Amino acid sequence: MEQLQFEYPAGAPASQRVLVGVVGSGDLEVMVEPGTSGTTTIHVTTSVDGYGKVWDAQLSRVFGAGPRAAMRIRIHDFGATPGVVGMRLAEAFEALGTDGGEQS
Amino acid sequence: MNHASLLTRESFIELGARARAHALLDPGSFRELAGPFDRLVSPWLERQGVVPQADDGVVVAKGRIGGQPTVVLAIEGAFQGGSLGEVGGAKIAGALELAAQDNRRGVPTRAVILFETGGVRLQEANLGLAAIADIHAAIVDLRRYQPVVGVIAGTVGCFGGMSIAAGLCSYLVVTREARLGLNGPQVIEQEAGVAEYDSRDRPFIWSFTGGEQRIATGLADRYVEDDSDAIRAAVQALLAGGVPAAHRSERYAHYLQCLAEYDPARQPEPETVRAIYAPGAKS
Amino acid sequence: MSTSTSTASAPGRGETWLAALTRNAPRRPGYPATVQVADAELGGRPARFIAVVPDAANAYPRVRGGEVGLLEGWSLAQAVHEVVQADRDAAIKRPIVAIVDTPSQAYGRREEAFGIHQALAGAAGAYATARLQGHPVIALLVGRAMSGAFLAHGYQANRLIALDDAGVEVHAMGKQAAARITMRSVEDLESFAASVPPMAYDIGNYATLGLLWKMIGVKHAAQPDAADLDTVHGALQAALADIQADPHPDLRSRLGGQNRQASSRVREVLAQQWQD
Repeated sequence: MEQLQFEYPAGAPASQRVLVGVVGSGDLEVMVEPGTSGTTTIHVTTSVDGYGKVWDAQLSRVFGAGPRAAMRIRIHDFGATPGVVGMRLAEAFEALGTDGGEQS
Repeated sequence: MNHASLLTRESFIELGARARAHALLDPGSFRELAGPFDRLVSPWLERQGVVPQADDGVVVAKGRIGGQPTVVLAIEGAFQGGSLGEVGGAKIAGALELAAQDNRRGVPTRAVILFETGGVRLQEANLGLAAIADIHAAIVDLRRYQPVVGVIAGTVGCFGGMSIAAGLCSYLVVTREARLGLNGPQVIEQEAGVAEYDSRDRPFIWSFTGGEQRIATGLADRYVEDDSDAIRAAVQALLAGGVPAAHRSERYAHYLQCLAEYDPARQPEPETVRAIYAPGAKS
Repeated sequence: MSTSTSTASAPGRGETWLAALTRNAPRRPGYPATVQVADAELGGRPARFIAVVPDAANAYPRVRGGEVGLLEGWSLAQAVHEVVQADRDAAIKRPIVAIVDTPSQAYGRREEAFGIHQALAGAAGAYATARLQGHPVIALLVGRAMSGAFLAHGYQANRLIALDDAGVEVHAMGKQAAARITMRSVEDLESFAASVPPMAYDIGNYATLGLLWKMIGVKHAAQPDAADLDTVHGALQAALADIQADPHPDLRSRLGGQNRQASSRVREVLAQQWQD
């Protein structure tokens, strides 16, 4: 099991909090809360060791291309593929009411 | 089941715990307590290399059913097989305790438990077991005032110490997919051998512990199709019926009399149980 | 005799302690050989003592080692409900002492077919009902107190007392069974238990969870002498007094253990958020 941390520049805090997913085999849960203005932080607890670079690449693609609302994100992952991770993140953004972009 | 109802049917089994609670409560009345954002994760999983879930696999949803105050305790079968640890167990027991307290203050709060569980989470062993004992205590307390309705939908079913909790409920709703039994098939096979119990023989397992058999033998109260509307209606009707005159778990004389008619020298068939437990077979 | 794989406690502790504590009071008739019920005095007043014991010749093969099965569950319910009914109009409700040494619930086809889960619910519900009606219920752990068997017989007590002895174990699943089902070795499980207190089998670790009211030192846990009996009688009477002084007939006295803090925290949060 591994703990990973990521940080990305962001805009104003997200307007609400959401939870999507479930920590089942091959799946993950994503919890999003409003973050400190200017920064999105992501904490990942994953059952699979050694995939830090894969997480980095994927999350940088999603959060590195701006601009998004500032979020505090917690991920509990139980061996999901990047495809499933992407799907859950998209679900989370949809639940937030926008594409997770900067809130006015 | 006709064509139209097949098309409009919404599977309850396919819903996760939170969505199931939503489906049962009156629209707009759902309010989650001790939820994932309260960060009450298991204190025991991470040190064993197991990834926790923020709600520890249990959703406590307070709201109304048929306009009456009700708390729904929904177990998430997809997380660790719905097994109960310290936190999830405390959520269920604590909510039932508060519901009983409500009744002592004149507020008629009822409880519905969605059983999707293998019982004690082995990584938390004695704390899971103790929490289940608390749940038993709280059900027996609350059911004096209001019915406690259990729903077993599947696919995990209801096993272990939580099957005893199901046995303490005022009423049980089951589907065909549901199973209700004390010991998991693999453990029985391990302990007693494959001739006693073949854990890979699904028809065999369902023939003894499946929803259809349990309703046919009087160990459940409503047999419902896998449809959210149907399950909601069944739960509502049972709650409206009030506390039963005698709980199934109180009928020791009846069950001892029935079992006296069974010769344990031979293994039973499903039909044996139906005959022994047939209503009217014994008073 | 039973060829149970567990060597934690010699068979017969339940029966031994039942006989000793009741000074060999006659067993109540109308119960299977596996459920021994005796009425005797505790603190000068009538009390009921109940034990589940092995029966090598039992017609149900899966209960021969002292496991709690179908007849055991329903018979425990009978033994307890009899007392509740007898004392229904009594001002003082008599105590019930569950003497616990049982390796597990019964694993078998007969048991699942006839609804052993319902039989154990009968037992657990009876003990809980007795407690709520004001009967002081005490569980005395003299050997193994395991999983469904313990839930049915003992875990609904107002107070749990355990002998401080290597033969006393509490757990959700026997070591061998747990090792097989989790596909780990027994050694692996034991090393986990060393760093995860709730996973341990021994009564010392169990005590850190705060669930036990008392652990009692005796010299001969399997074959008590007169001094041991005195000690245990004293503890039972003290438990009785503690229960009688307690305004709450529930299990809240089990909260607060050093290794059980989340259980209290969850209840706090629920209570804070409860009101609509």
